[in-house]
Amino acid sequence: MLQTVSESRTVGETQRVAYRFMLRARLLDDKFAALYRAGKIHGGVFLGRGQEALSAAIGVHLNKSDVFAPLIRDAAGRLAFGEPIIDAVRTYLGSALGPMRGRDGNVHRGRPQDGYLPMISHLGAMVSVVNGVLFARRMKGITGIVGVACLGEGATSTGAFHESLNQAAVEKLPLVLVVANNQFAYSTPTSSQFACSDLANKAIGYGVESHSVDGTDFSACMETVGAAIARARAGHGPQLVIATLLRLCGHGEHDDASYIAPEQKNSKLGRDCLKVAEDFLLKKEFADAAQIAVWRSEAIREIEEAVAQAQREPAPDPYEEKWSALSSEHLNELREES
Amino acid sequence: MSITYLEAIREAQAHALRDDPRVFIYGQDVGAFGGAFKATKNLQKEFPGRVLDSPISEDAMIGLAVGTAIEGMRPIIEMQFADFSTVAFNQIVNQASTLFWRTNVPCPITVRLPFGGTSGSGPFHSQCLEAIYAHYPGLVVLTPATVEDAYSMLLSAVAIDDPVIFCEHKFLYYHLKAEKLPSEALPIGKARIAREGRDLTIVTYSAMVHEALAAADELATEGWQVEVVDLRSIKPLDTDTVVASVARTGRLLCVGEAWPWGGVTAEVIARVTAEGYGLLDAPPQRLNAKDTPVPYHPNLWAAHRPTARSVAAAARKLIRY
Repeated sequence: MLQTVSESRTVGETQRVAYRFMLRARLLDDKFAALYRAGKIHGGVFLGRGQEALSAAIGVHLNKSDVFAPLIRDAAGRLAFGEPIIDAVRTYLGSALGPMRGRDGNVHRGRPQDGYLPMISHLGAMVSVVNGVLFARRMKGITGIVGVACLGEGATSTGAFHESLNQAAVEKLPLVLVVANNQFAYSTPTSSQFACSDLANKAIGYGVESHSVDGTDFSACMETVGAAIARARAGHGPQLVIATLLRLCGHGEHDDASYIAPEQKNSKLGRDCLKVAEDFLLKKEFADAAQIAVWRSEAIREIEEAVAQAQREPAPDPYEEKWSALSSEHLNELREES
Repeated sequence: MSITYLEAIREAQAHALRDDPRVFIYGQDVGAFGGAFKATKNLQKEFPGRVLDSPISEDAMIGLAVGTAIEGMRPIIEMQFADFSTVAFNQIVNQASTLFWRTNVPCPITVRLPFGGTSGSGPFHSQCLEAIYAHYPGLVVLTPATVEDAYSMLLSAVAIDDPVIFCEHKFLYYHLKAEKLPSEALPIGKARIAREGRDLTIVTYSAMVHEALAAADELATEGWQVEVVDLRSIKPLDTDTVVASVARTGRLLCVGEAWPWGGVTAEVIARVTAEGYGLLDAPPQRLNAKDTPVPYHPNLWAAHRPTARSVAAAARKLIRY
């Protein structure tokens, strides 16, 4: 019996790691929502509730040397790619010590020098930047890497989506474009967003491979996303992944999402991927309830410590701020004013 | 031997490719074809794997450039015409221009914009977009008026650690010639006194420098000495050289081929009025293209943009004020 458990531990290690990132992301999001309601966060708060399985599946299949351009609901993927919790907390709380130094906030964070790209708000715009990183690395002779860009179904309507997926296909770049079809772009339903019967069909037009997955199914996400990333890594060109799920929150915490019908929430699409993942781990005996409880309390402690730390840290000081958008300081305009 | 403005741009790119392994060129038709204007003629052959054709995707071209810059490359992106850079506007003004400020990672990309009017080019192959890019923080905007500057400023552009919008005037491509390429140049951000004078200052840039110089010749025959300041760089803008010139002449006429509203000429006048109000003997004036799309027919086009004749007329009026 002990032997069986130990074997299943080895077998289920990736799943366990992914689940822990999902759990940490959910708890971190819950904390941000609480801080938002308490008026402790300036600006918006955007949660990934319902998208953790897909997002974590991406993160755990990436290596440090890969490229990742997450979107607003990718807290799980960010953590799995290696983002320390404190980076997320510092950005949301505007700490001067965070990666964005109070110059940008909330989900607009990253460390481009580490292949972790900070999103701009214009949807689809990060995909060609991922292409560029992959393009440069190929010029340098670096192989065996992939770049993942995350989008929602709404972003598939943009020109940037078309231009960048086509560009990646023409250049045969190891790009994995993951589309979370969460049924709503803010309040706009898919019926007003696109007319094709299946978003995966778009891949045909670009000459790229596609994969479809139930985004609420943890095990399926792990398998499908893992396979797509492996295909790109092995040199099979860009991969389009379409995951179907339901956003289990508003667009942001300011949005009550009253436009989502109760029938949709109660459908299979509306099930919570975190619960699905938990059931999966228990059923497979990859973890037991006691273990999950320990992970939960560890994550809560880590999050609370990060929040307490960031709250003690200095806010950005406008008198210390350089107010220079150029790296070449000698070319700054109106420098006499600074 | 003589070298044209266009050849100087090609030579500068060859020089940059030769000197710096981080440099590469990406754009529509730039490869074997050598570019719509032949600004990259033979470069693909000379530098295999570093002069690359892109699909017709201006947005993705700049996005890709930013990604390569993050990886330490120094891309030169050729927009086939400046007019088409509006398709890439988002990537230029929101992605490239904000990267350093947001993340401390520099974005050394050079975006070449063949710009400005030539007879018969019409509304979508003639535009002057320098003012709209200069509006955005985080961009450097250069407008060389001479063969020497086209060469040296393009080399500087590639060396600058920030996104540079390099506005090269199509009207100057073929008929502007120099004897040889320069070995030294004024630093970026310094304006040049293209002609000295004491009665009036004309501040201008790019192709309009040559219209202003022709106007100054015409006024010289009437006994007026006109000083012509070539800005060279729109952003940063050399306010000191402009104000010093106005201190000598007391009169300011700004000339730009771009549309008038919120343009470079307005910016220069605002700065001179704020910093050198007491130096002015007459209200500062400006002359721009008309506030309509650029017309196709040569009769309309010649009347749409400032010319030596209309510059001279505006100068005369200002001198007599």
